Amino acid sequence: MAQAAVEHHGGGSEHATSTGLPSTKLAMWLFLASDCLFFGALITSYVLYRGASVQGPFPRDVFDIPYTSVSSFVLLGSSLTMVLAVAAAQRRDLGRMRIWLLATAMLGMTFVGGQVYEFTRFYNEGLSLSKNLFGSTFFVLTGFHGAHVAIGILMLLSLVSFSYADKLPEDAGFPVEMIGLYWHFVDIVWIVIFTVVYLIPTGNPGK
Amino acid sequence: MAETELSEKSQAHGAGRAHPGTKEYVRIGVILAVITAAEVATYYVQKDLGAWLRPILFSLSGLKFTLVVLWFMHLRFDSRLYSRFFLIGVCGAVTLYLIVLMTFRVFAR
Amino acid sequence: MSSVSVPAEERPGLLRRPTAVTGLWSWFTTVDHKKIGILYGLTAFVFFLVGGLEALLIRSQLAQPNGKLLTAAQYDQVFTMHGLTMVFLFVMPMSAAFLNYMIPLMIGARDVAFPRLNAFSYWLFLFGGLFLYSSFFLGGAPNGGWFGYAPNSTTDPSPGMTFYALGLLLAGIASTAGAINLGVTVLNMRAPGMSFFRVPVFVWMGLVVQMLLAFSLPIITVALIELLFDRRFGTHFFDPAVGGDPLLWQHLFWLFGHPEVYILILPAFGIFSEVLPVFSRKPLFGYQFVVFSGISIGFIGFGVWAHHMFAVGLGPVANTAFGISTAIIAVPTGVKIFNWMATMHGGDLRFTTAMLFSVGGVMNFVIGGLSGVTHAIVPADYQQTDTYYIVAHFHYVLFGGAVLGIFSGLFYWWPKVFGRMLGEKLGKVQFWLMVIGLNLTFGPMHILGLQGMIRRTYTYPASLGLTFWNQVATVGSFTIAAGVLVFVVNAVSSLRGPKDAPADPWDGRTLEWMTSSPPPVHNFDEIPTVHALDEFWHRKYTEDKSGRPVPVQAGASEQPHPGGGGHEIHLPGPSYWPLVGALGLQLVGYGIIYGWWLAFVGAALLLVGVFGWALEPSAE
Repeated sequence: MAQAAVEHHGGGSEHATSTGLPSTKLAMWLFLASDCLFFGALITSYVLYRGASVQGPFPRDVFDIPYTSVSSFVLLGSSLTMVLAVAAAQRRDLGRMRIWLLATAMLGMTFVGGQVYEFTRFYNEGLSLSKNLFGSTFFVLTGFHGAHVAIGILMLLSLVSFSYADKLPEDAGFPVEMIGLYWHFVDIVWIVIFTVVYLIPTGNPGK
Repeated sequence: MAETELSEKSQAHGAGRAHPGTKEYVRIGVILAVITAAEVATYYVQKDLGAWLRPILFSLSGLKFTLVVLWFMHLRFDSRLYSRFFLIGVCGAVTLYLIVLMTFRVFAR
Repeated sequence: MSSVSVPAEERPGLLRRPTAVTGLWSWFTTVDHKKIGILYGLTAFVFFLVGGLEALLIRSQLAQPNGKLLTAAQYDQVFTMHGLTMVFLFVMPMSAAFLNYMIPLMIGARDVAFPRLNAFSYWLFLFGGLFLYSSFFLGGAPNGGWFGYAPNSTTDPSPGMTFYALGLLLAGIASTAGAINLGVTVLNMRAPGMSFFRVPVFVWMGLVVQMLLAFSLPIITVALIELLFDRRFGTHFFDPAVGGDPLLWQHLFWLFGHPEVYILILPAFGIFSEVLPVFSRKPLFGYQFVVFSGISIGFIGFGVWAHHMFAVGLGPVANTAFGISTAIIAVPTGVKIFNWMATMHGGDLRFTTAMLFSVGGVMNFVIGGLSGVTHAIVPADYQQTDTYYIVAHFHYVLFGGAVLGIFSGLFYWWPKVFGRMLGEKLGKVQFWLMVIGLNLTFGPMHILGLQGMIRRTYTYPASLGLTFWNQVATVGSFTIAAGVLVFVVNAVSSLRGPKDAPADPWDGRTLEWMTSSPPPVHNFDEIPTVHALDEFWHRKYTEDKSGRPVPVQAGASEQPHPGGGGHEIHLPGPSYWPLVGALGLQLVGYGIIYGWWLAFVGAALLLVGVFGWALEPSAE
């Protein structure tokens, strides 16, 4: 991801391409399309084992919907700040771009921080990777999503520091747009997870 | 009507039509927030919604998904080729995994 | 490049790009698709020899009843590693070698879309392969079959299947990066005038394969992650004791595994489609049919996975549906066979070694394809599944089809890559040894399977009456090995000989024959403008009234330009960061087995690689 965005920096955009589209953007969309099948398989594992755990804690026992809703608003908000950063970068307004990129990174960190807190709480309530199928599928699915967010934060902060070091290409809008695509993708994955994992109630066995 | 107008426009301008401005983005952001609020609201009226809960939730999150992809990820304004790739990914994933889940009779439970 | 405001020389030494373009070090830092292609090919061939030795061990063990050469535990490791090696470390990277080397030449490009990502893919594939093989010295190799069925794979106490999960994850990341890279290359880097229907079939098949990889690898990635977590972190994805379902593994594996079969065979189909027209001196019959059938194989290939699982009890509806889709996928494949036959029909045939391997490849593939269709009949499959009949089937497809196709490609493109011809006499000896050997080895396995010999059995009692055909198969396998040995002799003596191959030794049809052999580092002094399918042919020949090709009058044709010019052409500079990043990822893999500190070291190295990569100045 970072690599793809950076290849552009090393060349590529200056050559006319057969489709007329920048190679890096094509590669990014291909990667995101491929990542759909990645998260699809993780979500499928979760759905398959929904309500199949033989011992608790069950989703109903640990989920705190109002808390996770706040996290969802935070991540959704970060998509808005991200798109504003792209717009600023495309206008070559580097100052605004940095502000919005930093805001996006901060919101992302809030989300990941919230997730770390949530994981800790669940763990203290007895839910672990090995406790039951719910623990296995929940932690692996949301954990890999969180890792995607973390990588995104790293890329956002790199963008900001590259921009201070004057290492962004003249058309700074392009790398920012690429990382934006990645960021929004992580957001839409969460849109699905929030619904499938949190909002649709799971019947616990024996209840 | 606005729909057809826009798509005609995007055809006329071909790939790379100008992306929308700040106002447009904020408007989409507000819509997304409202939908999310509606989603969260279903949590408090789960029992009253009964069998409607799942269709409502899937429509709402599908709407959010579509809005982000079309506006924030610019698929509405960019070349069709990107959309095709992404559609293959999304539709492929949904189809394949639904078949897998059906062979486990997950939806009959 | 506009971004780099300071010239490269003034930058801190650490970030300076390496400059060597010759010598040993240049191979470590190269981003040239041709060098990377050779590296892929050489590495894959070494793995082919190792996997072949494993096959000989298997056949020696089974040469007589109650074989004592290997213990059951050793046998499990050997057949698992044989499968993994041939699929992931030989056929896939060998196809990657051809695609890497040939795609830019065939579409008239100077390199792939992302040269450094290309190098990263190669190094990560190499480190993934070495990672898998290091397991032999670190407590035992993978022993659960290349399909790694759970819960056998999750509960086995030896570390082998952990190496399996991590090694394939590494190779998978390499292939995903490669798939996106080569896919974008075909879409975006074509020479002026090369519309999609002027793209050579080999490149088309390459594009389909990259799409299959991009959409199937993430599925196996998740399966491997779940397997890894089950083994290493105590999750229960495939643990029936607490409600998990091992069938989930089978679904995820075959959702990837069946497209994978087409990933292995389609490059060979592409090679057949290049070689047959050249040595028939006729255009490929029904180019568009071949292309579209390749694309439809790609799509339908995603809809047949459960035919690997007929016996697990999916129920009559699923079994019927997947039986039908399996029968349907034979149709586009059959279309191709007829197109190849029609290409040869009435042609001016030249049976060079490359041609022999293609014709032999098509014929043996047809045998494997037909036995494959018998699996679409569910009740018949109940009888055949997990017997040697299946082993016979997929070896006809993969050895008869893919491996013969690869050798066809090697003989066809060798002069282009190395500037030297391979010996035709030795080549023909090799061809006959391999074709006779493969039919002796895999033909009897049909009979063994129908007699009830189960797959993966490490021995059998004499009373079962399986001895004779097993002995025939063993003789056959050593015949194949002799053929491979002949190839090694041929290759070594060719590489020692003078560089005397002409630019266009076969009277070729596609762009790669327009440039010198081997091509200059920038591929083409001048990027050709394409006016037709088989562009180079049309520059050399026109047709007379009866449709026979006649050479274009002297002076009017454009002869191949030898390399020599093109000094001012800007090429991407070499880089060592892809190597650093790939090494970091491999260390992360070891770290997951041996301790977090090592994983952190690996992750740090990966980060150094990524940031070095990002901040690297472009070469001036």
